[in-house]
Amino acid sequence: MTKKILSTPIKDEDLEGLNVGDVVYLTGHLVTCRDVAHRRLIELKRELPVDIRGGAIFHAGPIVRKKDDGKFEMVSIGPTTSMRMEKFERQFIKETGVKLIVGKGGMGPETMAGCKEHKAVHAIFPGGCAVLAATQVEEIERAEWQDLGMPETLWVNRVREFGPLIISIDTKGNNLIEQNKAVFNEKKKPAIDRIKSQVRFIK
Amino acid sequence: MNKDQSVQDMTDTMAKFTSYIGKRLPTDVKDKLAELRTFETNPLAKAVYTSMADNQEAADKLDRPSCQDTGVIQYFIKAGAKFPLLGELEEILRNATQGATRMGPLRHNAVETFDENNTGTNTGTNIPWLDWEIVPDDDGATIDVYMAGGGCTLPGKATVLMPGEGYEGVTDFVFDVITSRGVNACPPLLVGIGVSTSAETAARLSKRAILREVGSRNANENAALMEKLLEEGLNEVGIGPQGLTGANSVMGVNIESSARHPSTIGVAVSTGCWAHRRGKIRFNADLSYEIISHKGAVL
Repeated sequence: MTKKILSTPIKDEDLEGLNVGDVVYLTGHLVTCRDVAHRRLIELKRELPVDIRGGAIFHAGPIVRKKDDGKFEMVSIGPTTSMRMEKFERQFIKETGVKLIVGKGGMGPETMAGCKEHKAVHAIFPGGCAVLAATQVEEIERAEWQDLGMPETLWVNRVREFGPLIISIDTKGNNLIEQNKAVFNEKKKPAIDRIKSQVRFIK
Repeated sequence: MNKDQSVQDMTDTMAKFTSYIGKRLPTDVKDKLAELRTFETNPLAKAVYTSMADNQEAADKLDRPSCQDTGVIQYFIKAGAKFPLLGELEEILRNATQGATRMGPLRHNAVETFDENNTGTNTGTNIPWLDWEIVPDDDGATIDVYMAGGGCTLPGKATVLMPGEGYEGVTDFVFDVITSRGVNACPPLLVGIGVSTSAETAARLSKRAILREVGSRNANENAALMEKLLEEGLNEVGIGPQGLTGANSVMGVNIESSARHPSTIGVAVSTGCWAHRRGKIRFNADLSYEIISHKGAVL
């Protein structure tokens, strides 16, 4: 099977054929962007210091080391829980024109709406696989908003075949993790009933 | 050895050990993940397990923290009342955390609350977090170090049930937490449950539960039965790695308990992600030590 590779800048038509559960890889630029950066843009109305129109963001707070030549080295970078950004993401997509949001776990109805309205997708990078991800970062080209500390700085990474990225929200409004959660809720009922009948320790 | 030298030696050892456990998983977790991987048939689940294995190999080879979130550092201390450095342990572990932060390097994860600034050292008010147990008539110390990452800390929940809700209510509570918030916490999880008298006692026990080995059982027969039933039941739900569905949901379920007030059942859940970074080390009075959690580890 050949690898499906997205390249930044990403166009609407690159995403339209993608469905939840598809696996893609990214080549180009990937900017870390998490809690406080979202808050600054949406609530504090500050302009993002990086243009990410047609770009990709990564919900991640990496470990970065400053090398002797003053450049930064990506040591370890895995995804953080995307749901924390749910509150801001619809507006974030609208204002920035971002096309690919990479993170961990599912996101909710606001992000689904944002992805549908502005043709964007959310994808899951396997959580905890941070050294694997770091080896796919070719260079840290810039670091913005360093006042936020190491985890929250906007690290502008040049990446090559970064992935696997599992599409979890597509441009049609489908949400893989929400679909899975519905299955989990269905399956848990009989299991719970069976357990309850065996744990009546208070008699 | 004079006391200053002893303090320095133990600080160095704990700094190295704290850094070490961020790069390599404990033997019980490693073995369990290898076992769970063999059951998967779903292509996404298989792909994720492959990434996980590749990642651990790369972390070991490149000597880097396997997950970027190296957590808030917590130490669970079981110290003999006669351990020679009992009074110095707090300072030792604080300095060890700072040492590990430089050595790892670890991510800066201590944000002072209310001031809302990152200290940049992984130390701050009451951080590293220390949990103490004193053992009479013992001159050694056993220390569990745990990297409490954000993702696996987020599902944590405690409540107090009425006795009428019984262990049936405990079952509901556990399933609720795991199938909603646990899905995003990097499953397969190690689920820790505290069954106790109040919110904070249950919460502490639930954390102690995830420090226990994967596959170990509570000494109480009913508690052990409940561990087994919850483990089987949660696995039937098939959350799979990263919530992408699969053959299993959890690495295991561990319960720790205390006696309770007749009117209350305190219950809490703590979760450990698949990258469950904890380590156990035992010091003797002469500061010779044995690493218990990681077979063959050399610092």
